[in-house]
Amino acid sequence: MFSSPTPELWPAPLRLIAALGGVTLDVVSALGRFGLFFAQAVGYIVVPPFKVGRLLDRVHFIGFRSLIIVILTGAFTGMVLGLQIFLTLSRFGSEAYLGPAVALSLIRELGPVLCAVFVTGLAGSALTAEIGIMKITEQIDALEVMALNPMRYLVSPALVAGVITFPLLTAIFDVVGIFGGYLVGVELLGLSAGTYFGEMKTFVNMDDLMTGYWKAISFGIIVPWVCTYKGFHCGHGAAGVARATTQAVVLTSILILVWDYFLGSVLP
Amino acid sequence: MIRVQGLHKRFGSQPVLRGTELDIATGEIMVVIGRSGGGKSVLLKHLIGLLRPDAGTVAVDGTEITRLRGGELDRVRERYGVVFQGGALFDSMSVADNVAFPLREKKKRLSAAEIHGRVEEKLEQVGLSGMGHKNPAEISGGMRKRVAIARALVTEPEIVFFDEPTTGLDPILVNTIHHLIMELHRKFRFTAVMVSHEIPEIFEIADRVAMLHEGVIVEVGAPGAVRASTNPIVQQFIRGDIETVPAGQRP
Repeated sequence: MFSSPTPELWPAPLRLIAALGGVTLDVVSALGRFGLFFAQAVGYIVVPPFKVGRLLDRVHFIGFRSLIIVILTGAFTGMVLGLQIFLTLSRFGSEAYLGPAVALSLIRELGPVLCAVFVTGLAGSALTAEIGIMKITEQIDALEVMALNPMRYLVSPALVAGVITFPLLTAIFDVVGIFGGYLVGVELLGLSAGTYFGEMKTFVNMDDLMTGYWKAISFGIIVPWVCTYKGFHCGHGAAGVARATTQAVVLTSILILVWDYFLGSVLP
Repeated sequence: MIRVQGLHKRFGSQPVLRGTELDIATGEIMVVIGRSGGGKSVLLKHLIGLLRPDAGTVAVDGTEITRLRGGELDRVRERYGVVFQGGALFDSMSVADNVAFPLREKKKRLSAAEIHGRVEEKLEQVGLSGMGHKNPAEISGGMRKRVAIARALVTEPEIVFFDEPTTGLDPILVNTIHHLIMELHRKFRFTAVMVSHEIPEIFEIADRVAMLHEGVIVEVGAPGAVRASTNPIVQQFIRGDIETVPAGQRP
C-alpha cells in the first residue's frame, strides 16, 4: 500500500497527510526562497559596484513621490487624533494632556505604521508592478544577458532607499500629525498652545522617538523586500502582475502589523 | 564556435528539449526554425545562459557555459548581444538611453561624448537617426525591433542572438529587418543565431538552417539542402501543410 507509486490509489487518511506534507514543503521552500532573496539583495549592497544613480532614482521613487500623500494623511490623522483624544480627555478633565497623547500615539505607533501602509499602497505596489512588467516583457532577462545583475540593479537600491526614506517620511508624518492635532485642539477647541506643546516635552522621551525610528527602519526593509520579491516572482501576463501586486500590498500590510506588535512588545 | 550536445530540458512533466545537438560555426548566420512550442526559444535561452539544462552541455569556444555562474558567466555574456522577441526595451528610458545603456554600464572607460557618438552611429545604421529622444512606447513595432538591434550591437558583440526578430511585423518590415541583419552581419562579421518562423524569407539570409522538432534537431544544412530535404517533417513545415506526419515517418 505504502509503496504504491500513484498517490491517487492511497487511502484517504494517507492522501490527507501527503497533501498536508506537500503544503508544508511548499511553505518552507517559499520561505527559504524569500529569505535567500533578501540575503542576496543585502549581499549586493555590501559588495561593489554600487549603483548610486539607481539608489537616487529609488529614493525619488519611494520617498519624494510619497511626500504629498504622507503630508496629507499625516495632517488628517493628527486632526482625527486631536478631536477624539480631546473629547475623551475632556470627560476626565484632563485636556492638558492632549499634546503628549497625540505625540506619543503618532511617534510610537501610528506614524510608522500608517506611513508604511500608505507608502506600500503608493510606492510598494508600483515597485511590484514595475518589476513584474519588466519580468513579463523580458527586460529582466535583457539586464541579465548584458551581464548586469538584476538583483543589484532592481532590488538592492530599493532596500537602501527604503531604509533612508521611511524614517524621514515617518518623521514628516509625525510632525505634520502633531500640527494637525494642534489645529484641532488649540485653534478649534480652545486649548492653549503652551499647554499643548509644553506637556509634550515632559512626557515624550528619547525611548519613544527611538521606538518609532526602529519601527520605521524595519518597515523600510519589509516594504521593498516583499514588493520587489513579489514582482520578481509574478506569474504570466497582465493577470500575473495584477495578482502579484495585490499579494504584495496585502502581505506587506499584514507583515507591518505583525512586526509592529512584535517590536512594540520588545522595545522600551 | 557554439556546440550544443545532448541538451535535455523539461518543465514539470513536459519535455521540451530531448537531446538537442547543434554546432554553430564562428561568423555564420544560423537560423533555427520549427513549429511554435517546439523548443526554439528554450534552446536560445540555454545558449545565452538564462536556463540551465537538465542534462547536456552548451560550449562557447570550448568553454562550457552550462557549468558557469556569476562573474564567469557574465564574462562570456559580455561577448553577446541579444535581440529579444518583444524588443525588451526599458520603457522608463528614451530610445537613445536604451541604446546607450550597455555602454554606460559596461564600458566605463568611454566618455559621455564617445557614448553619444556611438549611439547616434548605431541609430543611423538601423535607420533611426533623430529618433533618440522618443520613448519606446511612442514608436512602432518595427522601430522597436530596430532599436533592440541597435542596443544589441552597440557593444560590438562577437555573437548576436535574435529571438524571432520579425514576429508580428508586416511582410515589408520583415524584409527590411532581414536585410538590416544581413547588412550589419556583412559589416561586423558577428556570429548570428536566429530563431524564426519566417518561411521562405529566412532562406535568403541564413548561411545554415536547423529545424527543431519536438526538442530534436531533425535537419541541419545550407538553405538549399534543407529546402530539398526529403524529411516529411521539414517539408510539412516549409509548405505549411495542415496534415500531420504519419507516426512511421517521424524521426
